[in-house]
Amino acid sequence: MIFQEKHELIRKLAKGFADRELTSEVLDEAEERGYFDRALLDKMGKIGFFGIKTPKELGGQGSDCLAYVIATEEMCRASAAFGLYISTQNSLVSMPIMISGSREQKEKYMPPISSGEYIGAFGLTEPGAGSDAGGMTTRAVLDGDYYILSGRKTFITGAPTADIAIIYAKTDPDKGLRGISTFVMDMRAPGVSLGKPENKLGIRGCPTSDIIMENVRVHKSGLLGDLGRGFANAMGTLDIGRIGIAAQAIGIGQACLDESVKYANERKQFGKRIGEFQGVSFKLADMYAKLQAAKELTYQAALLVDAGVTGGQISLAASTCKLYSAEAVNQIAYDAIQIHGGYGFMKDYRVERLYRDARILPIYEGTSEVQKMVMAAQLLKR
Amino acid sequence: MKIIVCAKQVPDTNEVKIDPVKGTLIREGVPSILNPDDANALEAALSLKDTYGGEVHVISMGPGQAKYMLRECLAMGADDAVLLSSRVFGGADTYVTANTVAEGIKKIGGFDIIFAGRQAIDGDTAQVGPQIAGRLGLPVVTYVQAIREVKEKSVIVERQMEDGYEVIEIPLPCVLTAVKELNSPRYMTLMGIEDAYAREITVWDEKDLNIEPEKCGLKASPTKVWKSFTPPPKGKGQMLGGSAGDAAAALIDALNHKNMLKKEG
Repeated sequence: MIFQEKHELIRKLAKGFADRELTSEVLDEAEERGYFDRALLDKMGKIGFFGIKTPKELGGQGSDCLAYVIATEEMCRASAAFGLYISTQNSLVSMPIMISGSREQKEKYMPPISSGEYIGAFGLTEPGAGSDAGGMTTRAVLDGDYYILSGRKTFITGAPTADIAIIYAKTDPDKGLRGISTFVMDMRAPGVSLGKPENKLGIRGCPTSDIIMENVRVHKSGLLGDLGRGFANAMGTLDIGRIGIAAQAIGIGQACLDESVKYANERKQFGKRIGEFQGVSFKLADMYAKLQAAKELTYQAALLVDAGVTGGQISLAASTCKLYSAEAVNQIAYDAIQIHGGYGFMKDYRVERLYRDARILPIYEGTSEVQKMVMAAQLLKR
Repeated sequence: MKIIVCAKQVPDTNEVKIDPVKGTLIREGVPSILNPDDANALEAALSLKDTYGGEVHVISMGPGQAKYMLRECLAMGADDAVLLSSRVFGGADTYVTANTVAEGIKKIGGFDIIFAGRQAIDGDTAQVGPQIAGRLGLPVVTYVQAIREVKEKSVIVERQMEDGYEVIEIPLPCVLTAVKELNSPRYMTLMGIEDAYAREITVWDEKDLNIEPEKCGLKASPTKVWKSFTPPPKGKGQMLGGSAGDAAAALIDALNHKNMLKKEG
């Protein structure tokens, strides 16, 4: 794909930020302790990385989905854990409000989300409701001007450092998917507590935990959209969110390829650079081809969003790029380790972390199997 | 406060290629960037604007592709950008460049401070900033490493020396050239990039500046390049490891091997 100059400059900005700020010391420290300094997130917010697509009148940058993809990709090329904040803030936290929020709600929440004053989390998954989001048991019961929220959300990205959370809860348990509603919850409200930060395989620099709600009072002004429309809100959000995970994937994939090419040019065995052996050079060619295909699918999905396409066509495009990129980048990361041999298995080499970080891609924001369900449903409609 | 920043788009490489016939730089195929010292100059201007208010204008001379660099300046926070561009400006040496840029600065007018980078990483002459001051009849301080105080009619700066610095008070308007120690350039913002592409960059040619074509570019340049060449690359260095004693012994061996040590008889 040929980019416009504007998008090239956005890439330059994101890459410049990553090169200057995400030093190996910063990344190793985050990996070790499980979170990044808030000051670094504040810096990111000031540049505009948290409100890329958000309209200017709501405190955002007024840019587009392709800019969002490029920024996420470049940041994840340096650190998938750090880049995750871009996709969480821009899609999982912003989209539910942009899709269903009233004007007042948008004016209240979007400026601090865009600036990074509020770091948010997205609470859909529960211990017993993963791919089957409709099986959730979190309840919201109206009591005067307040909804009383009770339940447990699990594996919530960024929960330990979040100021607010989007919470999906059943307001009418008898109505199944049509009984789910969306709330914005203050993470400091009485009754909110956190599970222990999870000890994860990858993306360790971005903390994950449960959110436990025990009779948390959320004012009815925190209800997003109509009662019972929460499932549609979540699915609409994830359609765009999935493009962000694909962007994360291609960033990780590019880093794997960069490292592998470098190593293949340096490492010598049998008196030759290992890149001169077909066993290695063909791998590089395959990695490149997969990565380019993943990129094109992802950029294409972003361009469709920017062209104003909605509904089934976007669901299909987003799931396709997420499915393909997540799977392809896991193969790319596997090959990157293989090219590095024993060194790739050691934490001293970057590919070790990239391999672990890639593993979440076919799982979160809809497993690869869920993407296939979404895609097949669209295909069979035709 | 009205500040003008002189910026140059330069090739992003230490290995500048030179046209062996014309003795000028070959820009094709080389990625271009905002000259690093000019980024410090722009940052100095933007932080003065943050403190005292006012406006920051960026001026550059170069081919049309320099608009990309100027948009980067706008995305960092500059209010306006002007590109001096014309076929007849091509191949100018520092003398003629300073003449042309000085005319552009006069056309913008009404300024308090003109900032430039110390020097560009392609030519490394450090001449254009002071030459502009000369053309405009303004005082100049080069190698500015700190701005201590801005008064109503003057500014107090530190001028970097090899073994320390001078403190100089200079009347406004003036020209200051920035070194990298002056500050750390800010990032662009995404909104800044959006805005920079929602507008046109002003382009002025010799007619807009009211300069005769024969006073521009290569033909008008008094500098005659006798010969330009790329220095041959230096050989690879060799690291000697081990203890200080081992390394010293290895060094003496290596020097002896090359007959570079004279044995005392």
